[in-house]
Amino acid sequence: MSAAPLTKLTSGDDLARRFLARLRPGRDGWMTAGLTAVLIAVAAGASALLLLLTGGSPRASADAIWTGSLADATGWTTTLLNAAPLLLVAVGACVCASAGTFNIGQEGQVLIGGLAGAWVGLRLAMPGPMLVVVVLLAAAAGGGAWAALSAVMLRLRGVNVPVSTLLMTFLAIQLVTFAVSTPWFLQESAQGSSGIADAASNQLPAGARLGGFGQYPSVQWNTGLFIALVAAVGVAVVLTRSRWGFRVRMIGLNPLTAKHTGVRVAALGGFTLALSGAFAGLAGGLLLVSPVGTNRLQAGLSDNFGWDGLLVALVARNRPLVAIPVSLVFAVLRAGGDFLSATGVPYYLVDVVKALLVLAFVAPPVLIDLYSRRRGATPQAAPDLSVVPTKVKAAA
Amino acid sequence: MSVLDSTTTILASGVRLTVPLAFAACGEYVAERAGTMNISVEAMMLGAAFTSIATASATGSATVGLAAGVVTGLVLGFVHGNFSHRAQINTFVVGLVLNALVLGLTSYLITTNEFVSHQVHMLSIPLLQDIPLIGKPLFSERWPAFLLLALIPLTWWLVERSRWGLELRAVGENPQAADVTGIKVNMRRRQALLWCGALAGLGGAYLAVGEVGSFNQNMTAGRGYIVIAAVIFGAWRLGRTMLGCLVFGLSDAMRLALPALGVTLNAQLLVAAPYLLALLAMLLFTTQHREPAALGRPFERGST
Repeated sequence: MSAAPLTKLTSGDDLARRFLARLRPGRDGWMTAGLTAVLIAVAAGASALLLLLTGGSPRASADAIWTGSLADATGWTTTLLNAAPLLLVAVGACVCASAGTFNIGQEGQVLIGGLAGAWVGLRLAMPGPMLVVVVLLAAAAGGGAWAALSAVMLRLRGVNVPVSTLLMTFLAIQLVTFAVSTPWFLQESAQGSSGIADAASNQLPAGARLGGFGQYPSVQWNTGLFIALVAAVGVAVVLTRSRWGFRVRMIGLNPLTAKHTGVRVAALGGFTLALSGAFAGLAGGLLLVSPVGTNRLQAGLSDNFGWDGLLVALVARNRPLVAIPVSLVFAVLRAGGDFLSATGVPYYLVDVVKALLVLAFVAPPVLIDLYSRRRGATPQAAPDLSVVPTKVKAAA
Repeated sequence: MSVLDSTTTILASGVRLTVPLAFAACGEYVAERAGTMNISVEAMMLGAAFTSIATASATGSATVGLAAGVVTGLVLGFVHGNFSHRAQINTFVVGLVLNALVLGLTSYLITTNEFVSHQVHMLSIPLLQDIPLIGKPLFSERWPAFLLLALIPLTWWLVERSRWGLELRAVGENPQAADVTGIKVNMRRRQALLWCGALAGLGGAYLAVGEVGSFNQNMTAGRGYIVIAAVIFGAWRLGRTMLGCLVFGLSDAMRLALPALGVTLNAQLLVAAPYLLALLAMLLFTTQHREPAALGRPFERGST
């Protein structure tokens, strides 16, 4: 970008024009938007076709999703309740993706967060509101520690982060299953009459539940949503406006440059990974202390919130603020899907819609980039031979 | 039941649980040697399991079902390859989305359809199956299991001895250098993914029309991830990868059999074992440069 002459900068009118130009999408932007719209239509069409082929009614299904999620206060309450953990997980994913680290173990981190939260909540005796805070903090610490293990493995041995976080998800599932089915661990008294332990932890004390946030007009706002919103806005501001955020983004864009300018790439990259785990863990804690749930730790506590939150971050292209509306869309699908399955159409249809939706959002910019590279290839085909590509010692 | 009998039973069920893993691991091994971390192997297995049962139900032939499973794997390999090595979308993103899509699609379709159960026939090798202890487990299987005897050496030869395999390994170790010598890096990776898709499809189809005879929702239940774990556990060597599959298959068989024998061993630990072992193997092996150097890194001409 070339610097504008100084005289032009003095004109307020011009400043405004330049500001507007930043907002206006370029040719690529319009094409991306258009292609996204087309692909969303294709995704919707494919889902409708799938329904028709299997003897369902697309119209009735769309109605059911609408009724279950947005039509009335109950629907809105459910939707918002679903949106909070999704947003938290997505925000975490945004943080470490900005640093160029790809964490795909959120599902496990959510569970470990729940485990840590449940352990603290069941063992500490504290007055009401304080206990909730402590449980949530423990959950965040648990999720963060679980992700930090991956960071340590990367630092010590260069273990591939996506793979280690993925594998650790399955360890987390087994760990939580073990915890909730072992009497001495998280299940002190909940033995059934047969002597076989129920696969759930004891219920958290009443003081460890998150209160509502008032009703307006009759939609119940949950505190978790506000925590998630604050996290999203906070992370967005910190990432784009602070020195720390600049360093993080620099690692993501070019670790070598970051290293040369004195950023401690490994430490900061590892920290962002742990931070993303902490956000996922916090989401797990939120599910645990949720005002509507069972307030017990179960192996099914995470209920795909980790995977879905990751998909939210993918669709939002790692921008925390964009993740807010996207998580709302996914929450609508989750809430509506539950309602849909009550009408006889299997819930799994919603999973198909979600995956197609992600493809519709992820593919266009890449496709357009590919297309323009193809077209631009004729004049710029010759590679720049002045710079001999040298193998970079695994900087990331 | 005598000790010998129960050992034979556990071994037999262990081998049966190993075969689908071994098929898919043969494919995943090729994909990883080409430098692409293919996590959609779960989708390939699950999708193939579904289409094989659906096709077998429609045509009445389990063998046609098996072929349909291979085709499904190929299609998914093609899609994955084009998304991650032509359009350059992050390969983990593509894998995750494909896994979610196939899981949702198969779970949905199985609830809205009824399929007739089909199974390929057994093949028992006359004299060998009478050997005590190992006879039944090794020489009395559904016939596609014996394909492994051909596919493992073929995969080994393809990767380690053929020119294509040499180029493939070059692509996995140093794509820039491979590119300079005129190898089409991303094309080799897409081809590797096709091989992976075909074999993972065979593994998934074997699970459905071979072992079980029907399709259940999420019937692979993370086997695709165990396959990835097996390749890591095998330190990117085919023989050890197969050994890893056997270890994981046997541990799964133990988990299923031990309660019936009255032995209490922690079930969670046995389920977690493959992942735990893979993580330990990664901790041990990665510094010894066993891992393909460009594993999981996309190749774009001009980038470093």
